[in-house]
Amino acid sequence: MSVEVELSIYVFVLAGFLGLELVHKVSPLLHTPLMSLTNAISAISVVGAILITGSGEATVLSKVLGTLAVVTATINIVSGFLITDRMLKMFRKDDKK
Amino acid sequence: MSPQAFWQISYLIAAILITLSIKWLNSPTTARRGVRAGQIGMLFAVVGTLLRHEVVSYEWIVVGMVVGSAIGAPLAFLMPMTAVPQLTALSHAFGALAAALVGTAEYYQHQPHGFRMFALVVETLLGYLTFTASVMAFAKLQELVPTRPVTYRGQNVVNLSLLGIAVALGAWTIEGSAPGWAFPAFSLLALLFGVLLIIPIGGGDMPTVIALLNSYAGMAAAAMGFALNNKLLIIAGALNAASGFILSVLMCKAMNRSFTNVLFGAFGQAQEGSTTAAQQRPVRSASPEDAAAILAAARKVIVVPGYGMAVAQAQHKIRELTDQLVKRGVDVQFAIHPVAGRMPGHMNVLLAEADISYERLHEMEEINSEFSEADVALVIGANDVVNPAARHDTSSPIYGMPILDVDKAQTVMVIKRSLNPGFAGIDNELYYSDRTLMLFGDAKQFVAEIVKQLPKVA
Repeated sequence: MSVEVELSIYVFVLAGFLGLELVHKVSPLLHTPLMSLTNAISAISVVGAILITGSGEATVLSKVLGTLAVVTATINIVSGFLITDRMLKMFRKDDKK
Repeated sequence: MSPQAFWQISYLIAAILITLSIKWLNSPTTARRGVRAGQIGMLFAVVGTLLRHEVVSYEWIVVGMVVGSAIGAPLAFLMPMTAVPQLTALSHAFGALAAALVGTAEYYQHQPHGFRMFALVVETLLGYLTFTASVMAFAKLQELVPTRPVTYRGQNVVNLSLLGIAVALGAWTIEGSAPGWAFPAFSLLALLFGVLLIIPIGGGDMPTVIALLNSYAGMAAAAMGFALNNKLLIIAGALNAASGFILSVLMCKAMNRSFTNVLFGAFGQAQEGSTTAAQQRPVRSASPEDAAAILAAARKVIVVPGYGMAVAQAQHKIRELTDQLVKRGVDVQFAIHPVAGRMPGHMNVLLAEADISYERLHEMEEINSEFSEADVALVIGANDVVNPAARHDTSSPIYGMPILDVDKAQTVMVIKRSLNPGFAGIDNELYYSDRTLMLFGDAKQFVAEIVKQLPKVA
């Protein structure tokens, strides 16, 4: 196994544990916003989409698939963050308006 | 600063902000800061990537981003809050499709070997199956296809062999001697498996399934990180995968079921025969006037909302009812079962939308001991989560599932359209208890009637 791969596996395992710790502390009250936020974060795959679409050696097929991937990842990012914020705005402590 | 250092630092900042965004989401007071951090983190990730020297042409990237934003923004603003589960499912579908498409493009462009190829195959498999599974979940939630579980003989065998063949083709591709058709065939099977995975799943199991799909989407992003040797993708993907995993475990626990049971158990087939017989038993029903009088005389009322509340859009009328009762000095609290609704936390979002203070919303462990002190438990559109059979009837499919102890309240009032059983097809003995009053009608209209009658109660 190369050093790169080994390092990546360490990062994955540690980030996974960190995720378990962080999410355990999230109140069930906010489980829906949590899911839509992490959903937006999973669209980090936009990075891969940009790299393949913008690459100088990209074939036509890569360009087409890459552009589609940029579109779908962007939909996921934009709708994910906006809906999370829209939901969180509604959580109020005060009973009176 | 060299360009290389610039994008590397951008990625580091993005990883930190994304981690913080999940940390800040743990409390309603800091949650919006969390969203902000996530957005800025994503911005750093995108800008950092655009500045990498490998990226030489921008026109299609810009087109993609403009089109994506033009679709994504209206989606988030126009969807009503009751449709949040559908929107989440749809979002999962888009994200997963992006991962799968990038995997496919990478496969044809670079033909990687060894570990990278392994990561790429995992990414593509998870991406495609999460894509179609999420589209199916969306269709079920939107009721475009029947929400009842659809089952047939040998279903699990068919599904698992399909997955088996897909994995075998994937392994062959990794090994390197596979013919040209192997990868497309593998992708098609992954797409097909996603559809078949969701067909046998009923509406009530959606909270677990959506959480699981959330986890898969994260895994796909992390796998892409391995394929591209990109630590930012690995970190963000792992955080997301962990989050979806915890949520689905919580949902399974709240139903006293295992993962395999949710995915392959096809709930809701049992007990079909016994329900008709049970419906002959007498129930006590009450009018809105009666209900208003009982509520007005109560000191403590605990409201138990369920998916029926979301369907009837009753949350705003419930707010009016709460306001009136609170004005009369009644203590009104809400008890939320973890699997009430169609996704984790669904009820909280709807009640928050109706402007009900989140301090009145309580999770099951927190409020269960209070039912014995409550004068009224008002059940609105919930069914299986308040069925006492879960405590003592070992033959019941929901036996062992933790429930809200509404039957311990002085009076139980259940707003329900008819005596038809809930999604699980299980009769609810709560309805026949002599403490229970059935309020037959549409949840929204019935609550509105109670609100109208309340001022007339002295």
